[in-house]
Formats: sequence, structure tokens, C-alpha cells
Amino acid sequence: MTDLTDLTIAEARDGLSNREFSAVELADAHIAAMEQGRLLNAFVTETPERALQDAERSDGRLKAGDGRPLEGIPLGIKDLFCTQGVLTTASSHILDGFVPTYESTVTANLWRDGAAMLGKLNCDEFAMGSSNETSHYGPVDNPWRRNGANTSLVPGGSSGGSAAAVAARLCPGATATDTGGSIRQPATFTGTVGIKPTYGRVSRWGIVAFASSLDQAGPITRDVRDAAIMLQSMAGHDAKDTTSVDVPVPDYEAALTGDIRGLRVGIPGEYRMEGMPGEIESLWATGVEWLKAAGAEVVDVSLPHTKYALPAYYIVAPAEASSNLARYDGVRYGLRVPGEDIVDMYENTRAAGFGAEVRRRVLIGTYVLSAGYYDAYYVKAQKVRTLIKRDFEQAFENVDVMLTPTTPNAAFAPGEITDPVTMYLNDIFTVTVNMAGLPGISVPAGLSSEGLPLGLQFIGKAFDESTLFRAAGVLEQAAGFDAQPGKWWA
Amino acid sequence: MERQADFAKCIKGSTGDWEVVVGLEIHAQVASRAKLFSGASAEFGGAPNTHVSLVDAAMPGMLPVINRFCVEQAVRSGLGLKAEINLKSVFDRKNYFYPDLPQGYQISQYKSPIVGEGEVLIDMADGEAVTIGIERLHLEQDAGKSVHDQHPTSSYVDLNRSGVALMEIVSRPDIRSAEEARAYVSKVRAILRYLGTCDGNMEEGSMRADVNVSVRHPGDDLGTRCEIKNVNSIRFIGQAIEHEARRQIDIIEDGGVIDQETRLFDPRKGETRSMRSKEEAHDYRYFPDPDLLPLEFDQAFVDEIAGSLPELPDARKQRFIDDYSLSPYDAGVLVSDRASAQYFETAAKGRDAKVAANWVMGELFGLLNRADVEIETSPISAEHLGELIDLISDGTISGRIAKDVFEIMAETGSAPGSIVDERGLRQVSDTGEIERIVDEIVSANPDQAAQVAERPKAIGWFVGQIMKATQGKANPQVVNELLKKRLGMS
Repeated sequence: MTDLTDLTIAEARDGLSNREFSAVELADAHIAAMEQGRLLNAFVTETPERALQDAERSDGRLKAGDGRPLEGIPLGIKDLFCTQGVLTTASSHILDGFVPTYESTVTANLWRDGAAMLGKLNCDEFAMGSSNETSHYGPVDNPWRRNGANTSLVPGGSSGGSAAAVAARLCPGATATDTGGSIRQPATFTGTVGIKPTYGRVSRWGIVAFASSLDQAGPITRDVRDAAIMLQSMAGHDAKDTTSVDVPVPDYEAALTGDIRGLRVGIPGEYRMEGMPGEIESLWATGVEWLKAAGAEVVDVSLPHTKYALPAYYIVAPAEASSNLARYDGVRYGLRVPGEDIVDMYENTRAAGFGAEVRRRVLIGTYVLSAGYYDAYYVKAQKVRTLIKRDFEQAFENVDVMLTPTTPNAAFAPGEITDPVTMYLNDIFTVTVNMAGLPGISVPAGLSSEGLPLGLQFIGKAFDESTLFRAAGVLEQAAGFDAQPGKWWA
Repeated sequence: MERQADFAKCIKGSTGDWEVVVGLEIHAQVASRAKLFSGASAEFGGAPNTHVSLVDAAMPGMLPVINRFCVEQAVRSGLGLKAEINLKSVFDRKNYFYPDLPQGYQISQYKSPIVGEGEVLIDMADGEAVTIGIERLHLEQDAGKSVHDQHPTSSYVDLNRSGVALMEIVSRPDIRSAEEARAYVSKVRAILRYLGTCDGNMEEGSMRADVNVSVRHPGDDLGTRCEIKNVNSIRFIGQAIEHEARRQIDIIEDGGVIDQETRLFDPRKGETRSMRSKEEAHDYRYFPDPDLLPLEFDQAFVDEIAGSLPELPDARKQRFIDDYSLSPYDAGVLVSDRASAQYFETAAKGRDAKVAANWVMGELFGLLNRADVEIETSPISAEHLGELIDLISDGTISGRIAKDVFEIMAETGSAPGSIVDERGLRQVSDTGEIERIVDEIVSANPDQAAQVAERPKAIGWFVGQIMKATQGKANPQVVNELLKKRLGMS
């Protein structure tokens, strides 16, 4: 029998329904992998008992022929999702000991569909970071290594734990969130698939907020089909999140027809940035050839305001974050560092509770919203955002999807990037998608010269994840990406 | 257009006349069972922290959902204030740290309120009618309550009020005296009570006002204003304005300048004092709440609410003048409170309305005042008062006896008819019986009888004696006629 941890969600689903193995066996295999993989530091909280309980219940249902879409599938949950009765920290010191009495809508949907919880996954603190180095619980190690090297690499961020756990086969799928690239960039760095759905497709209720107008949850999986299966369960309108949109969720798996003949694929010229590594550019060109070969029509499109997206993002996101993080004040839950008076307590608590990157963004956000600067920064950034949206709307009049690189580089080593702005540039191809509220998917497409995974990104029209899955499925097929990291940690 | 200075309303100072300029921000709690953005109870009272949802406590990942009923009440109030209704409005975050503000921001409406400009007509005792401009009405959340006297070194926080819906009604600086301010607040309260959108109960804090006061010499530009926060009774609003105006005049006349600042009114000392200094002046960093989409509704929604509005005080006053021939003053007093107007109409139905008005405004209001009860819980029902009026007009009892019956009604709550019967208070109109008594008393007092011949007014003495002998039950008209006849005056 093949190792159960090598199975994709779809394969595990079939094996379970054919009774080739039990949900408990599947859970056990992943619990063992999770324990063996502790060197990766992907999980901040392991919940093996819970996983087994869930699996036992699933076995009962499977026996009764009453299996649900994700029956018995063990999943990892980014620690940004509030889980009832299970420590939830957003990888921040300030949420020390915080055990929610409630379950986020996304995770509740997954449990409703029969999934089992393996544990909570490490991430950048409050999802602020592109390398998972800002976590209070320490960095996550990327399972991948450069050819012939043993240097540790970052898994990307903020959903670094999710990406690393899926790539290292600690779990077949994981939840993640994406505010500026936090699903797609780590997916690229780890050779996994990650989709950020359209803003409003997935409920934000119960997910620790970073930047409310940009945050969106999605899955990280090992292939496109699994991403479709997971998103199917995660998505849907939620009356508790009034920014979630009440539109039907189509059958995503059924969208994987493998047929993209006549599909119009746009190539935004502005993404061909100066100084972009040759191997990224050539991977992109290869992707174009694959799509053409599959019968797609490739056309050039223009997104003229692209260069303003990153600066505008770094105004909007910190502004919202500075306000969203005001609730972590030591009064009601989490960390409290006493002080002389209330202001002193606030200052002590927040100084001790927030890491450097979070403090930086709270400061930037507070600054750009201050009297006298609001119009120059926040209002202007919102205008830029409108222009970026319009760019996409106009371009999408002529094309069905767009193809771009996901990131300008492969995974780097911890400590290699210390300048915040250089770090922010990792999101250059992904933030535009959040700013416009559109869906984006990253698919592994090849290896760098150093043997590290690289990904390509499809950007879709609002609420047209189906076309993204269809196009991504074809590219996945053409790329035939089957490289795996060596299991150095086990 | 700005009001011309009325010298009669000016305050005399050593440097001449001073005009007081007042603008009010009334915070009226929406009469809603649930809070503005959560389903928790908005009821007054309750043990501390028992009416608190996850949203009200600002738990991580919680999202606000607008309460439709509260929106309807705001629109209703706007229509009652003859104001423009904005079909699109925006919720903003007002950011500041305070322990009873769990989110670290208050959700309010800053740039785009739900209700725009309107006006309120106030009637002054001298018959003058003054129009006070309404600048806006917006919806916002209330904060919780800090309790500082339960522990030697710490404060407690009660979040029961956190998130309760408030309407902030902002007037133009059109008010020119404490008296006008009182009349304005009374009128706004009456309108909201007629509409049923706020119970106007200032003792329970469901209505309170921030009072902006400045002074100037008539014709000058507006002076620097001070804001007196959270004044919670109409009487205190008047006192606060009087004290504050005097304080500012004294400062300016002594060569000083007014600091724009926030002040508190101390009802025990009857004075205002500085609340916070400029160093602590807040920069609220308002920005649109990204968790809430703009609030939008169509004209049909407004029209439906407009169609359900009750008759409002101004219209009712006019009707009282037209239909009941009441004086504008009496009509104004009666309609100032919906329950009083209702009471009057019930008591006056099919009767002499002026008599009814006199009884309501005279005896009844006197009784309620002495007993310190509201008209809603009046010991004498409007139906009973009506019956009492009937007993007078059909001659069953005299007006004098009616006052006694009224007192008994107040004590016992019994119907006037049964009181009159049980206590034998029926008026004696039997001429034979009265003639006998008249004869008896005139015969016994020849000197007085002689005086009457010279001074006809002395007849009053005989009337008094006869009423005394009949315990007031004799019909005074019959007594008069018979007396005049017996004394040879007719």
C-alpha cells in the first residue's frame, strides 16, 4: 500500500469510500507525519485526539454509506481561524492563551462536510509577513532545499505553516488566508497549489482580521482538483459577514474539464518588470506556450496602474490593520502586562505582545490615517485602488483569465531579506489581485536553476473561480510538476 | 440664514450685551430590542455583562451586521425632523482607546450620515415660534460603562451598553438661550416619542446631550465654543448653558480668551469644569469601516416609512387649535407630550374641549406633579375625568364639588359617578328644599339682609352660608336666584 500521506484529497476520498483504508488509519498516518515533521515548525498546536475523534465519527458515517464531501479528510488549519475550544493565537504573543468559544464559518463548513482537524498551523504574526519569520512561535522551515545545499529556506508567508505542511505531506490540505499574496506566494515557494478566491466568496467571520477589505480565505493543496474540492466546502454566503456575497457556489470540481480551447488568456505587459530573473520570465513564456498548445488564445493586455498597487496596498492594509488590532488591549483576553494606570497597561501589553513587523504596520497605519495625512495617503490610495480595479475591468472585457508569474523569485533563506520594502516586493504580482478583489490561483510550473519550485498565477474575473480552476488544471497537466522535497526532517 | 440678535435674550455684561450661541448634539437611544450591529439585548439594566455578544466584546474575527430595524428608526426620525434622507450613507470607524470601547473604535457615521438637513419648530412661552436647523442625524454605537468605585485600584467594565444603537441629532448653532435649548430638547424628545423611535428617558440615559456654548457681542462672528459633554436632563442643560455663558463672559471681560475644550457639568455645584486638556486631544483617525458596505436603500423604503408616520406634535397642535378652539399656548402644552395629548383627546371627546383642557392642564397636571407620576400611570383615567366633566355639565354636581370628587378619584381610582352616589354629593336643585334653607338663613340674619340692600355684593355672604348648610350640594345658580328673590333684588 502506498503511504497514506502521499494521497491527494481526491485520492483519499476515493480510498475511504471504497473502504481501502479507514479514516482512523488516514488520520494516524498524518498524525505520525505531523509528529515526525516537528522540525519544520509548521504546527503551533497539534490536535491529534481531535483528529482521531473526528476520524472515528467519519468511519461510522462511511460504514453507513453516509459520507460527506470531505468525510475523514484530515486538514491543517491556519492559526488565524478561530476554532472552538482550541487555542487560537494568530501566531502572536498578544493572543496568549486565547481559546475561542466559537468556530469560524470556514472551519465550521469544513467540519460540516466531514473533515478532521489535525492542528493549528504556524503563520506570520497576524498574517503580516512574506516569509513566516514574524511568527511569535518561530519561523517555519521550507521542506525544500536548494540543489545540493542544506541551507534552510523560508516557506513564504504569511501562510507558511499551511504551505510547508501540505508540501511536506503532513496534511493533504490546509486552510490559509491571503491579504496581499499570503496564500499564493507560499504556495509557489513550496510547490503547492493555492487559491485566493474573489473577495466576498468566503466568509471572514471568525478569522482574525488583518485588513478587512483585502482578507480572504482559501485552501493550499497539492493539486488543482484538491483546491477545488476544499474551496467548494469553504465558500458560500454568510449572513454574519455582510461583505460576503450571496451568489451560488458552482461545482468547482466539475469545472476541471481539461478543455481550454478558445479560452482567451491575457498577458499583462506591466508585469514584465525590470530586473525580473530570466528564469521567471522564461517560465512565464513556457506557460504561455502550454496554454497555446492546449488551444487557448493568448493576447496582450495592459494594466497601466500596476506600479502603484504595492505602495497603495502598503497604505490601505496597515491603515485597516492599525484599527483592527486596537482590540488587543489587554483588557478582555490574551496577554496583559500590568502598568501604573490604564494607558501604561495598554502600552506595556502592546509593546510586549506585538512583534516588530506588526508594530511597524500599526505605526504606518496610524500615521496614514492621522489628521493632515489622511487625504494625502489613505484617500489617495483608495483612488489608486479604484483605478486598479478599473484596469482589470477593462482588460477583462477582452480576456477570460490572465497569466502572470506568482512571485519575482523562488524561496530565499531566513534572514536573507531584512529590508522591509524588499520583503514587500515579494508580493508585487499578487497584491494587485487583492486590491481589485479578484480571484487568483498559483500553480507550480517548474523548478528554478537551484531546484526550487516556481509558480504561475492565473487571475480571474470576479466570482469566476471555475474558469481559474479549468485553466489551472490544464497548466498543471502541461507542467507535469511532480518534484518533491527530500524528506530530510523525518 | 442666521438669526438676528434678540436683545431681550442677551445677557448684560460690563462691556455690553452678550448673545449666547448654542448648538446641541442629542444622543438618542434607538428604541430597539437588539443592538446596532449585534443581536444582543439593548434593554436597560440587567446584571453587568449579561447583554454582551461576541461582537460587542470585540472578540477576534467578529464582524458587525447592521440591524435593519435601527435603520428604519433613523429614517423615521429623520422624516419626523423634516429632514433629507440619504439613500446612501457610510459607517466610519472613530478610533480611540478606552477600556469600555472593546473594539478600540466606535462605529459611527462621519462624512455621510443617513439623515441630512432638517428643522424643528419650537414655541416659546411668549408666543414666539423659533426654527432650529438640524444639520444631520447619524447612527452610531454606544460604548460600555467603566465603573471606578468597586475596587481600590482597578476599574470594572460593564459592556451591556456596548453596541447599543444611538441616533446623534446635531443642531445648527441656532439656539440663543437656555430657555430655547430646553424647548428644543423637549420638542425633539416629543417628536421622537410620537414616532416611537426613542423612549426619551433621560434618567436611564436613553437621551443625553452634548452642549456647545459660545458667546459674542450681537453682530460679531461666532466666539470660541466649549462643549459640555453628556448632560442628562433638560433642567441641567439649561443650567449648564447659563453657567457656561456667564463663565465665558467673565473671562472675556476680564481680558482673557476662551480655550476650545470639553467640559463637564456638575449638577450638584451647578457649574461646568474642564474635562480634558488639549494635550490629550484625540485624533480619531476616522475612515470608512471596511467590515460594512455602504448603507443603501431605495426611495420606496423611505416612502413606506413615511406612509406609516403618526400625526406629529406640530400637526396635532394645529388640529387642537382648529377642532377644539384651544389657544395656541394650551394646544402647545397638551401636544408636547404624546400621552398628554392622547389623554386630553379621550377626556374631551364629545365634551366641551376647553373645559377638558382646563381640567387636564390644571387639576390633573397639578396632581401628577404632586404625586410625581407620569401621565401614563395617572391614578385618574381619561375616561373617568371625562365622566366627571359630564357630571358638571349636566348639573349633577357643582364645579366646587367636582374638585372634591377629583381628589377622591385620585385616592381611590373609583369612577366619579359612584363616588357622587356613594357619598351623596349629588347637587340639590330642588327649589322647595333650597327655598326653605334660604328663608331660614335670611330670617336669622336680618342685619346682613339689610346690608345687601345697600351693597348688593354682600349677597355673597348668604351664598356661602347656604352652601355651607347644604355641604356645598346646593345648585349655586338656584341658590342665587332664590336669594335674590327673597331679598327683593329681582
